[in-house]
Amino acid sequence: MSAEIENPIAREAAERGQAESLLGKGIEQGVGDHLRAYVKRVAGGEMGALPAIGGLVVLFLVFWFSHDAFLSERNMANLLTQAAPLVMLGMALVFVLLLGEIDLSAGVTFGVAMAVFVRLTQPDGMAWPLALLVALGIGLAIGAFIGFFVAKVGIPSFVVSLGMFLGLQGVLLVIIGDAGAYRLIPEPIKALNTQNLPVWGGWLMLAIILGLLAGVALWDRARRAKVGAPNPSITIMLVKLGAIAVLGVLAVWFFNQDRGSAAISIQGVPIVAPIVIGIAMIGTFLLDRSRYGRYLYAIGGNKEAARRAGINVTMVRWGAFMVCSTLAVSAGVFYVSRVGSADAGMGREIVLSGVAAAVVGGVSLFGGRGRLVHAVIGALVIATIQNGLGLLGLPAGATLAVSGGVLILAATVDALARRRAGSGG
Amino acid sequence: MNSPIIELKAVTKSFGPVNVLKGVDFAAHAGRVTALVGDNGAGKSTLIKGLAGVQPYDGGEVLFAGEPVQLGHPRDASKHGIEVVYQDLALCDNLDIVQNMFLGREEVRVGTFEEGRMEVEAAAALQSLSVRTVKSLRQKVASLSGGQRQTVAIARAVVKQSKVVILDEPTAALGVAQTAQVLSLVRRLADHGVAVIMISHNLADVFEVADDVSVLYLGEMTARLPVAETTRDDVVAYITGTKRMERVA
Repeated sequence: MSAEIENPIAREAAERGQAESLLGKGIEQGVGDHLRAYVKRVAGGEMGALPAIGGLVVLFLVFWFSHDAFLSERNMANLLTQAAPLVMLGMALVFVLLLGEIDLSAGVTFGVAMAVFVRLTQPDGMAWPLALLVALGIGLAIGAFIGFFVAKVGIPSFVVSLGMFLGLQGVLLVIIGDAGAYRLIPEPIKALNTQNLPVWGGWLMLAIILGLLAGVALWDRARRAKVGAPNPSITIMLVKLGAIAVLGVLAVWFFNQDRGSAAISIQGVPIVAPIVIGIAMIGTFLLDRSRYGRYLYAIGGNKEAARRAGINVTMVRWGAFMVCSTLAVSAGVFYVSRVGSADAGMGREIVLSGVAAAVVGGVSLFGGRGRLVHAVIGALVIATIQNGLGLLGLPAGATLAVSGGVLILAATVDALARRRAGSGG
Repeated sequence: MNSPIIELKAVTKSFGPVNVLKGVDFAAHAGRVTALVGDNGAGKSTLIKGLAGVQPYDGGEVLFAGEPVQLGHPRDASKHGIEVVYQDLALCDNLDIVQNMFLGREEVRVGTFEEGRMEVEAAAALQSLSVRTVKSLRQKVASLSGGQRQTVAIARAVVKQSKVVILDEPTAALGVAQTAQVLSLVRRLADHGVAVIMISHNLADVFEVADDVSVLYLGEMTARLPVAETTRDDVVAYITGTKRMERVA
């Protein structure tokens, strides 16, 4: 037992050995315990991404049976790049959704920022990295503006961001002007959508991801062991890592197949994958392990409790809108990369898909529950619907209707889960 | 009796023309449970909010361990080791027990949480209060009963070497068995050398667990005396204003 416990009452109790009985009860020691606890959590209403993963599997099976090309390497790569803006936007929105807030203007925010970016990088313009910084700065500024009115003035985020949604569309019109649209010039940004990692790069990416996950897990265990907190069985960690490794190997192998024509060979993991995964991993690390992340969850759970615990609620909420808008701009980077130009309607429609992605994935609209990976899975569900129905040649109307239905279904699951969790398990 | 850990001298507070506290004296001693009773509108909450630094007093003096201090902000109160357990508990349902106990004062190393350390200390704190009703430290607070939630809220105060713990109606929403549990928890808290101030409407609770009782009547302290030296009828009389001590010590 550690001699470093600072609280004398706690230390005294620890030395008497009384603490032993409670300590460790919270952590599942064996694989069986772990499974049982998981089943209990799900039954108690904490389903997380489970419905979305199920939905994704069903969608894949349905589209696979109804169209041969769906599971082709080419279409899957297409699906990934198609999903990238939505994944980023969904992750951006998680930060405000966790607070029980919403940012309806996240789409047009990236619209404005990317319009500026594209205009600045027209021939004879600014160097693109500089212009990208300007765009991200615009996102930060818009987020700060929204956050000010929500956190400081106290206007509901729905109203503020609705106002921004309308206002920024006007700004976007002014920036784009009579030209109607501007072509995207910088090659590196275009390459985001078209380029792939080399074959060895895909394997390296997978190795780095697994290495980081294992490293963090082992670091956690070492830290816990140092202070005398029991660790769960190492098998659980190995099983989880093993599952990720198997899926990862399959995915990398799949994308490393040649999907080009006879003349040109196209192979490798689309470059959007490592970028999006990297951002998701960094964000998840911060949400789980930093004060700021914990406070987002706390405020989303009980704002008054957070305030009384000494948390600066105003600043945390303000900051969340800044993070959201800035990440939304990076969604915009993927968006223009895919579309190849900036126009005056940019970002208007995608924001609702972004909210849908997060909610479908298991992020609660009521705040306090959700993870970045939920937004990723939810975005894949929405993108799969769009991709699959498009492939079947169904009209755009059908895609919208199905996406809307899935959203309402997901929100219903959320509300039911919440009621169940609230009634106590 | 030893000198009080916290002492109020002639504190006043008014909201516009309404004088809620009219020069109130109050004291709490380490290792003793001081009950603060009074009818609705007597000024109990105002007195407590001043101690918590949420709503500073207009006038008068606050002495902490004999030294005059300013309690202008919740931070000042927590700096002196004054903790408040609010009636509506102030827990986050979506966080687990450890996360709630350390909310706002997480143990951080290299910018990231020391979850293991927090778990060990939370377990020790609960154990030091002989809490046996909690199954797992990592269970979400949403799944706890009212008594368990109250336990977690009180244990929050123990985790951080508090010197003064103020409990606002700790048994108001609880059943008989849970009330008994929480009251014994209050007792153990005082036995650890903490000065406990307990607001209560329930005189049965007061007579069961408190060492001293202070009675507020319309913004004035009408009685301050050891519980052993008074009776229920007397306390009721102080509360309703039909009787007051000649000299409130």
